[in-house]
Amino acid sequence: MATHSATHDDHDHKPQGFLDRWLFTTNHKDIGTLYLVWSLIMFLVGGAMAMVIRAELFQPGLQLVHPEFFNQMTTMHALVMIFGAVMPAFVGLANWMIPLQIGAPDMALPRMNNWSFWLLPFAFFLLLVTLVLPGGAPQAGWTLYPPLSLQGGYSIAFTIFAIHLMGISSIMGAINIIATILNMRAPGMDLLKMPLFTWTWLITAFLLIAVMPVLAGAVTMLLTDKFFGTSFFNAAGGGDPVLFQHVFWFFGHPEVYIMILPAFGIISEIIPTFSRKPLFGYQAMVYATASIAFLSFIVWAHHMFTVGMPVGAQLYFMYATMLIAVPTGVKVFNWVATMWRGSLTFETPMLFALGFVIMFTIGGFSGLMLAIVPADYQYHDTYFVVAHFHYVLVTGAIFGIMAGVYYWLPKWTGFMYDEKLGKIHFWWSTISVNVLFFPQHFLGLAGMPRRIPDYNVAFAEFNMISSIGGFAFGLAQVFFVYVLWKASRAGVKATDQVWEGAKGLEWTVPSPAPHHTFQRPPVIDDSKLAHGDVTH
Amino acid sequence: MAHAHTETHDPTLYYVPHGTRWPIVGSVALFSLVGGAALWLNGWAGGTVASLVGFVLLLVMLWGWFGDVIRESIRGFYNRQVDVSFRMGMIWFIFSEVMFFGAFFGALFYARALQVPWLGGEGHGALTNEFLWPGFSAVWPTNGPANIGGAFETIPAWGLPLVNTLLLLSSGVTITIAHHALRAGQRGSLLFWLAATILLGLVFLCIQLYEYHHAYTDLGLTLGSGIYGSTFFMLTGFHGLHVLLGMIMLTVIWFRCAKGHFTKENHFGFEAVAWYWHFVDVVWLGLFLFVYVM
Amino acid sequence: MHPTRIRSRLAAAIAALASPVALANPERWQLNLSPGVTASSQAAYEMHMIMLWICVAIGVVVFGAMTYAMIRFRKSKGAVPDTSFTHSTRIEVIWTTIPVLILVAMAWPATTRLLALADTRDYEMTVKITGYQWRWRYEIVDYRGQAQDINFVSSLDLDSNRTRMLGSGLDPRAVQRDGVNTYLLDVDRPLVLPTDTKVRFLITANDVIHAWWVPALGWKQDAIPGFINTAWTDIRKPGIYRGQCAELCGKDHGFMPIVVRAVPRAEFEQWLADNGGTLPPGDLLATTADGPAAASAGSL
Ligand code: HEA
Ligand code: HEA
Ligand code: CUA
Ligand SMILES: [Cu+2]
Repeated sequence: MATHSATHDDHDHKPQGFLDRWLFTTNHKDIGTLYLVWSLIMFLVGGAMAMVIRAELFQPGLQLVHPEFFNQMTTMHALVMIFGAVMPAFVGLANWMIPLQIGAPDMALPRMNNWSFWLLPFAFFLLLVTLVLPGGAPQAGWTLYPPLSLQGGYSIAFTIFAIHLMGISSIMGAINIIATILNMRAPGMDLLKMPLFTWTWLITAFLLIAVMPVLAGAVTMLLTDKFFGTSFFNAAGGGDPVLFQHVFWFFGHPEVYIMILPAFGIISEIIPTFSRKPLFGYQAMVYATASIAFLSFIVWAHHMFTVGMPVGAQLYFMYATMLIAVPTGVKVFNWVATMWRGSLTFETPMLFALGFVIMFTIGGFSGLMLAIVPADYQYHDTYFVVAHFHYVLVTGAIFGIMAGVYYWLPKWTGFMYDEKLGKIHFWWSTISVNVLFFPQHFLGLAGMPRRIPDYNVAFAEFNMISSIGGFAFGLAQVFFVYVLWKASRAGVKATDQVWEGAKGLEWTVPSPAPHHTFQRPPVIDDSKLAHGDVTH
Repeated sequence: MAHAHTETHDPTLYYVPHGTRWPIVGSVALFSLVGGAALWLNGWAGGTVASLVGFVLLLVMLWGWFGDVIRESIRGFYNRQVDVSFRMGMIWFIFSEVMFFGAFFGALFYARALQVPWLGGEGHGALTNEFLWPGFSAVWPTNGPANIGGAFETIPAWGLPLVNTLLLLSSGVTITIAHHALRAGQRGSLLFWLAATILLGLVFLCIQLYEYHHAYTDLGLTLGSGIYGSTFFMLTGFHGLHVLLGMIMLTVIWFRCAKGHFTKENHFGFEAVAWYWHFVDVVWLGLFLFVYVM
Repeated sequence: MHPTRIRSRLAAAIAALASPVALANPERWQLNLSPGVTASSQAAYEMHMIMLWICVAIGVVVFGAMTYAMIRFRKSKGAVPDTSFTHSTRIEVIWTTIPVLILVAMAWPATTRLLALADTRDYEMTVKITGYQWRWRYEIVDYRGQAQDINFVSSLDLDSNRTRMLGSGLDPRAVQRDGVNTYLLDVDRPLVLPTDTKVRFLITANDVIHAWWVPALGWKQDAIPGFINTAWTDIRKPGIYRGQCAELCGKDHGFMPIVVRAVPRAEFEQWLADNGGTLPPGDLLATTADGPAAASAGSL
């Protein structure tokens, strides 16, 4: 490390050894790559668990696993997908793209950036190792409600500490992103000229810093209730199990927006590019994002309509939740208006973006239905809820990530991915994911509770259809890995701009982006920015 | 780890450090710390050793990492922009700490405003009381209808807690005086007032420990004293840990001041710790009000 | 499957979607919520349908506009981007205001229905329900002002219980009662309730959180250890209504069903008279080793 040449100006000098390059790195691009690869691995692990769930639910009767293990799979599937796949994927994209989008040489705090990433493998080791400990992994659902979660054995302490480490990692990552965006913009890159991906991340980072510590507090109370004799969640001692739910969802609801806002940003980059037209209502998009973030703090108890809150509280949380449809609608309408009178082409990133808009909206609609208390009395804790959140998470967050990956991949690797394979991946995924999750609406409405390993024969048909869709969707993701692997090694050389309609600083650097970029702040030409003209 | 190339670092450019080993050391340290703790909680005594090793490693990491930063800072690698990044980092870190305490304050407010009254049959809870906890009436402090942890007394606010409030408040003043001294370039005064701050913190902690001892031995008030004991010890305990951390940071800063690391204009390390100390102070005011007085 | 059977299934499915028949139990290929047999379930069903159709309508507009744009503004069809169409305060105000109005239109009926649901006054009967891992206890506390002392436990029926064991080799389809598949939806001892009576429920749990849910009654309510939640029902139609625990409560969460047998008042009063005391334990209780787990919260 000590042998670098005097300056790190233009030429590309990566650290030579493997450890130097990946373990000790402070380079935002390498750390971004680490995050993205990690996220992909976790997606496969979490997905494999989902396959166990779908296989057991393939038909009525228990065929494969014990109920205890089924509950472990449900719990771990969610924790791995949320904390291992979706969040790290977004942080990885932020690492790669934010410095490029705002003309910064790197992240604001590069060493801490390394730490944010390298805590994750250790955290997940602690979480996943519980699978082989006596008593197995946590099995109280990802929401960890006491008293049930306190009945767990060895897994409790490991899980809680793993969550602490993930929290530290997220908070440091978020601090870094805020400092980078607020402090590292090239001169002339005003806040209201920033690309929307950067904007949505700025707001997401704020959410993260605000709520991850609250989750840490919640699980710490679990820990002391279990091991140190406190009575936070025990009525006999004056506590209340519902208290945990309030604290958890104060974290949990903003958390779901943490998993969608950066995707909104990605979609707001892609649709203008492939419509060859600036984003419609740029400022409205920024304000809508901020409103969603604000509202996300005051709606948490819509997850708790059946816990026995006073009716006034139920009404308040219902109204506040419904309000989120307004800024979210603004986003959807602006995306459609961006396409309006554009000149559209349908490369893979655009396909995923369009799939996102339609299917996320479907998930949003079911969310709005869930917000209606009298109806939620029926929907709550059924597969209707499972269908809702997989539409917003899989066809929302995951599709958003995939759209972003296809969009920026040429900038990372220097090669175009194989367009035909990308399109196959899109159609394969889109068809199968709907076969997978749409019938779950019917199951929920017909009365199938969630988190059950076995069910009445009346639910057999749709479960089988759903499972078939699930296996097909899983295979599509194996295919995705193949497409990525192929594109990382060879292909048509990508140009600097990559996409005909792409605008913004990231498209002015070479493809692949050199190890160091913007060592000297770029001179910003507003006409080259996507939002140089701030009146829109 | 030397940074040879940075000798020629252009101070108008942003300083991007090269590879560093400290984060991975930090990860191993935290892993060992909490992994050991988990083993210990599960009844494997050897876990404490792993925890201890992790803790020591964490200290080594902090020493080394901050050492690097201090060295680079002294050698003038950091420009104004780096300084701002550090400031933002500290501010948002403190904000995250505020939210952490927020979770426990939230629990306290919920307990006092809603759940205990419900158990006692007030408001929403008439039937809960009638059918499950007849005879229990909602008063604060309480250890719940089952008297978990047995009878206890609380610590009156206007005794030692008031003294502690005054101690922390005056430590907020002394650190401000120290800051003024630093800006005026009066090394002696700086060291004196900084030491006074540390001392006030130390006395605070001693009183707090005495109070805990008193609570456990004389008052019957323990962590296991139902919801009151839970919120009382978790809030004051986490606050105490933060005071301890703040004191360690102040002590490090004292030595750095003594070594002349800081200039009148450039002393972010000092300021960061001062912010932290003020944050600890404000949390205490919240505690004093909501845990002791009300 | 035989083609005519498939056809009749499909017909049933379409019928289920089109006409709001009151399904007491889940049906194969059921697509929609059942309107149930109480005012509450009717309210939930109505809110559900209102929401569904509004969302469908908005979806048609939004996805329609998108589809139109995708067809009309293709580059391959020679579309030229109108790069000046990037902002319009007027449309933005419109598409902020209209959703607000739609939301108000949704919130109004939701509010009136919720307020009705929350009103537990004027009840004629009280039933206390306690969730255990993994069975329910029912206590009839009072009926028309008279204190009662009926108190019994209701567990998964033996037939389902045998069949549900991992690798039992038994066919869930064979678990039937009166021609209906009752796999995992039957109990040894149902809760008997009178029709046309406002019944108040006091719901709690003894170990972890459970939730008491019979879809045909129109709501679910969490059973929180140490707290009492209230709910009520007024069943309009005699019948057998099945439901399940709806809050994850451990390994057998999927195996603690609920069965309500609603009978006319006279019949109910007869049943009450016949059982004026604590019932003997159910058959499952008598045969399995693990009784209700007192577990960690057993001190309650
Ligand atoms: C990315 C994740 C994500 C997102 C974005 C959302 C978005 C929303 N969610 Fe969802 N939700 C989850 C993830 C998410 N959710 C998860 C994981 C759970 C379950 C947790 C668990 O229990 O394990 C859950 C559960 C959940 C519940 C609890 C259900 C229950 O357990 O009973 C509720 C209830 O209100 C709800 C509501 C909403 C609403 C109103 C939105 C809104 O933000 C949606 C807004 C969008 C639209 C409405 C569509 C677009 C708008 C227009 C086209 C404008 C015009 C529209 C109208 C005026 C109608 N969600
Ligand atoms: C971002 C979050 C996220 C993502 C991406 C997913 C993705 C998937 N989820 Fe879900 N899920 C949750 C978050 C998520 N989920 C949450 C929060 C819960 C609630 C948990 C709780 O109740 O506590 C849940 C619960 C949940 C349930 C309900 C379980 C229950 O209630 O008991 C089900 C059931 O079908 C399910 C299925 C799936 C499937 C099939 C996928 C698929 O999209 C996965 C596809 C990916 C792969 C399959 C990986 C690639 C393939 C391989 C590794 C090779 C193996 C392939 C084959 C054998 C074909 N999930
Ligand atoms: Cu009882 Cu689930
Ligand atoms: Cu939510």
